[in-house]
Parts: sequence; C-alpha cells; structure tokens
Amino acid sequence: MAATNQNDMYAGSSETTEGKVFTVTGQDWDAIVSGIAEDADERVVVNMGPQHPSTHGVLRLILELEGETVTEARCGIGYLHTGIEKNMEYRSWVQGVTFCTRMDYLSPFFNETAYCLGVERLLDIEDDIPEKASVMRVLLMELNRISSHLVCIATGGMEIGALTVMTIGFRERELVLDLFELITGLRMNHGFIRPGGVAQDLPPGALDEIRGFIALMKKRLPEYAALCNANPIFKGRLEDVGHLELDGVLALGLTGPVLRSTGYPWDLRKSEPYCGYEDYDFEVQTWDTCDSYGRFRVRLNEMWESLKIIEQAADRLAALEGAPVMVGDKKIAWPSQLAIGSDGMGNSLDHIRHIMGESMEALIHHFKIVTEGFRVPAGQAYVPIESPRGELGAHVVSDGGTRPFRVHFRDPSFTNLQATGVMSEGGMVADVIVAIASIDPVMGGVDR
Amino acid sequence: MSEPPKDVLPEPKGPEQPAIDQSPENAPATVPDAEAETEIQVVGRREGMFGVAGTGDTSGYGGLVQPVVFPGAAQRPFEGWHEDVAGALDTALAGGGVEPSAIQAIVIHRGEITFHVRREDLPAVARLFRDDPQLRFELCAGVSGVNYPQDTGRELHAVYHLLSMTHNRRARLEVTCPDSDPHIPSIVATYPTNDWHERETYDMFGIIFDGHPALTRILMPDDWPGHPQRKDYPLGGIPVEYKGGTIPPPDQRRSYN
Repeated sequence: MAATNQNDMYAGSSETTEGKVFTVTGQDWDAIVSGIAEDADERVVVNMGPQHPSTHGVLRLILELEGETVTEARCGIGYLHTGIEKNMEYRSWVQGVTFCTRMDYLSPFFNETAYCLGVERLLDIEDDIPEKASVMRVLLMELNRISSHLVCIATGGMEIGALTVMTIGFRERELVLDLFELITGLRMNHGFIRPGGVAQDLPPGALDEIRGFIALMKKRLPEYAALCNANPIFKGRLEDVGHLELDGVLALGLTGPVLRSTGYPWDLRKSEPYCGYEDYDFEVQTWDTCDSYGRFRVRLNEMWESLKIIEQAADRLAALEGAPVMVGDKKIAWPSQLAIGSDGMGNSLDHIRHIMGESMEALIHHFKIVTEGFRVPAGQAYVPIESPRGELGAHVVSDGGTRPFRVHFRDPSFTNLQATGVMSEGGMVADVIVAIASIDPVMGGVDR
Repeated sequence: MSEPPKDVLPEPKGPEQPAIDQSPENAPATVPDAEAETEIQVVGRREGMFGVAGTGDTSGYGGLVQPVVFPGAAQRPFEGWHEDVAGALDTALAGGGVEPSAIQAIVIHRGEITFHVRREDLPAVARLFRDDPQLRFELCAGVSGVNYPQDTGRELHAVYHLLSMTHNRRARLEVTCPDSDPHIPSIVATYPTNDWHERETYDMFGIIFDGHPALTRILMPDDWPGHPQRKDYPLGGIPVEYKGGTIPPPDQRRSYN
C-alpha cells in the first residue's frame, strides 16, 4: 500500500516524528482512507487551507479530529497581510483612504468612513461636515451593508451546498456594485469618502437608480426568506451550530450580528450615532438562538433595515441638490471638484483655468495641498463604527505632521475569528465551515 | 563669517502694497483653539521642512525645529461623565488596594478620555475597569501599539480601548515601556479578546506581554526578523521606472514632514 502511495502524486504520504503525514489535495481519497485504517488511532490532525474554497479567502484551520468530531480547532492567519497600516504612515492623510479602503474588501465604505471620522475628530471639524456629505456616507454605507450581507449569505449557502442561495446572492450584489460604479466610478476600492466629506457629488440620475434598486430589492429580499427561513435542510445545517452565548461573546469581544444573535440589541448606529444616524428611523435586529441560524436571520433582517435607511437617505438627498459635499475649509478640502474632461475624469476644467490663467495664489494653494497635504493637530482618536461584521474602530494618531503617525484598525473580522475554536470544538467537521461562515470573516480585514 | 549687523538695516519701506487678493485660498490658516489644558506633553521634535537637509536646502527652512507636543494631563474636576468615571476609578482603586499613583495622568482630548497607567498596575486597573459596577467596561476593543522613538524611556506605548455597554462610555488606557525593557503585563486574563490583539502588537512592535498564554507572531511568519510597525523598521520598496523617469520607493520620496 505504501508503495502505491508514493506513486500517487495527489495523495502522497510520509513518515515524520509526529506520525504519518498524508497530503490530500482533493483527488484520491482511497489512499488516505486505507492509510488511516492501518493505524487504529482515531485521532487525526487535519490542516485545512490556507487555500480552500470554504475558508473565505486565505484562512488556515488546524483541526484535531476524533473520528468526525472536532476536539480542537485553531486558526492560522496572516497569509493576506499587506502592511496597510505601515504604508499609511508614508502617505498623506488623504492618500490614506486609498489604502484603508482595500482592507476589508467587502465593506470598503466602512473602512473609509472609520478612518475619515478619526481624522476629522483630530482636525476638530466633526461639526463642520456638510449634511449632504454625511447623508451620502450613510447611503453608501447602507448599500454596502446590503452587498456585504449578501456575500455572507451567498457564500455561506454555497459552502453548505445551497447553490441557488449563492447565485441569487451574487445577482443582487451585482446591482449594488452597479450603483457604486455609478456613484463613485468603481465597483470596489473606491477611495470616495475623504477627510472632510466625500470626493464628488451624486451624478445625475443616481437617485432614480437608487429608488429603482430599492423597489427591486423589496421584491427580491423575500426570495431569501422563502428559500431559506423554513427550509428543513438549511435549518438542519445551521440550527445550534456555532453556539455562543452572550457572556462568551463579550469575553471574546465579538460584535455585530454574532452579538445580536444572542438577543442583545447592541448597534453603534443607535448607541453612539455617527454621520447623523440618530436622524434615521430603523430598528436594531436581534435573534435569541445564539447560533448560525440566528446570525443568518439577523443579517437578513438587517438588509430590510438598511433598505429603510437608504430610502430615507435618498429622500433627504433629493432635497439637498447642489449642496456642498466637502467641508468649507480650503486648508483641508481638495481644491477642485472632479469633472469629466476629454481625457476622462479629472480636475474640473474651470479649476484648471482658474489656477493656470487667473490666480497665482490658487495655483500655489493647489500645489501645496495636493503635494504636501494638510497638517493634523497632534493627538489620538478612536472612532468606532458599526460595520456589517461588528465594531470597526480606527485608532488614528497624529504628531502634527502631514502624514499619519500611526493608524490602527480594530477590524471586527480579526476579533470575531478568535471564536472559531469555541464555536466549533465538540461539533462535527462539517459544522466548522458553517460556524466560520456565520462569523463572516473577511481575510483582507483580518490580516490588513 | 560675521553676520551683517541687523540693527542698522533700514526698515523696508516699499510703495504702498496693492490690496491682497482676497481669494479664499489666500486666507490665513485657521489656528486651532488653544485647549483648556494647562500641561503639554513633548514626545519628540520635528526638524526641517520639505524633507531636504544639508547643502541641498536652499530654502532656509531646514533649520526649523519644532517640538512635537501632545495634549497633556487635564485638571480635575472634569466635565460631564468624565468626572464620574475618574471619581469611580478613585473609589475603585482605594477599594481594590491599588495605589492612586497607578494612574499617572488623565488626558482628555477631543472628548476622549485616556488614563495613563503605570505598567505594573495594568492588570489590576484593567480588572477594576471591567468589574467595578460604576465603571463596568465589559468590552475591550483590543490593544494598539504606537512607537514614539524620541519619547525617551517610554518609546513603546500600548493603547487599550475599552467600552462600557452598561453606561455607554468609552475610555482608553495607555501604558508605556522603554525599548530596553519591552515588557507589559498581559490582560488576557481579564479580557480574553486581547489574545490575538496582544499577539499582533507583539508581532508588530516587539512588546512582550508577560503572562500571555501563547505569545507568538500572528501576522508575520514565525521566523521573520524585526517588528515591522516600529519606526526604525524601514518600509522597503523598490524604485519604479516609468517612461524613462524613476519614482523612488515611498520612504525615500520627499517628505513634507
């Protein structure tokens, strides 16, 4: 048997001091099954990932199994570490947005907003942010919450074999990304929310598109409920899986849908409103089962609440046509509005004419603020916001210079992923995937 | 080289200046309001400008020296709930048998309250912050390291963000340690969520959290040399060539400091 194993390029085995090690890449299970049968030992240590379709990116799981029961589960992370926080220390405050939007790539607007709110607090301009900028931020964040929850539900469904849930989830997410493309020009990595406001006003026709999206979503969201809520297979896979109660959740610092699935209505949009969330009418969604099914229902219900907020934000934006979207302070705001020129999007031609032909001071100012940037008074701020995955906090430290002295992101995926062990130990191997899917970690945010 | 005597230079009396362009760009920068703090805290100094030094500096700005000043300790009584928290902490410290000198300073800046805690007292203080009914900071949002290379004797700072859901308040604990002795007691026993956060701060700054159950690297590979987020660790990067021009890596570009 051992001889044939050596020849099998997909399922080789080797003897180590730790015991026999099998390499399984999904091709030939006969070798491993018969190989394990040779040893009476039921205890197997399985290394899953870092490249695995069910691990939400590059997450490595080390599982110790007794038969099919998980006795120990540990995570290995860091495979997607890109040094975003370090890089931001070498760029201006405005350029920082370009980096942090790439962290948690499913919720870019939340990364941008947390960072910008931190910078604005240090600049002491929190009260000067134009209303329209705040409303646009809320609109984009709630659209983003829908798209993020859709991916969570879609991939979570795919991992348990519910492929229809996956296809319809990505179908609707595509509509949200289309809206992002219309408003910001990009489907992800927007860099649209800037310290002081947002980069650009809404394009013509955007509100109609948003209203059309709301109407369509009101028809389509019930499809998820009809497919999943009472589906016996779906419930059978999710109910009582990844169970974690409130005390465990708080000790491990878990927030977001995992916290709300224990029945505790904690949502930073209500408890510490930012961006004017206190002006919107919405409910904090909870469930009381403390399991993966509860988290699924919380996310489903939150999408309805997000739709309500988007509707209100769209109404407010309709009344704010032509209002400024960037703070009035010329020493902070980008000097130009963007406009479409013959060679694509760029500084508006009026602005180019102004700085090149009319005002020397305006040219100097443009040069200074674009190359040097603005200075932020020394100090530190921690601004938490409610991202789709929980509390996303930006710890922003300035030494009074034109670059961040240190920016640290308390990413909810990073913190929540610590619960993998406690959620999956004692359960079946197949439930590990469901438990992790219910945490909804995004490795770009975990590793930053 | 003797400097020309300045006092004999005639006062420049040019023709009447034309009205300055009153475009908004020309308005003077707004000076931030002086905070009500009476103390300031110098953590370093900034030299020069435009990132040019030595003979390349023809602007004369290279000689500028400015202290880097952080908000200093606030004076009691504080306003609003900050005073409640500080008062509750005083009571809790006395009840918990912790010396009042464990709290070295309390800084209030932009509405956020920071308690600077003596490092050996951190576990006791953190436990009081979590358990005292008047404080009740149930949730810790992790620890974030900051490296101040010029803050002699306190080069490494560990900053803990606490949240009280009961009272809906936030507070920050700040602990420092010198580069030569980078040890801070772990508070994983009080806040288990800090397990990974302390590992990350160790990984990135080299702060050793004594008492952590398994302090290993978490983001960088196990055999990685150095701690990347420290200020003495270079960003790295290679020059990029594009159409004949070369763009240096970010840490070698001109910095306006």
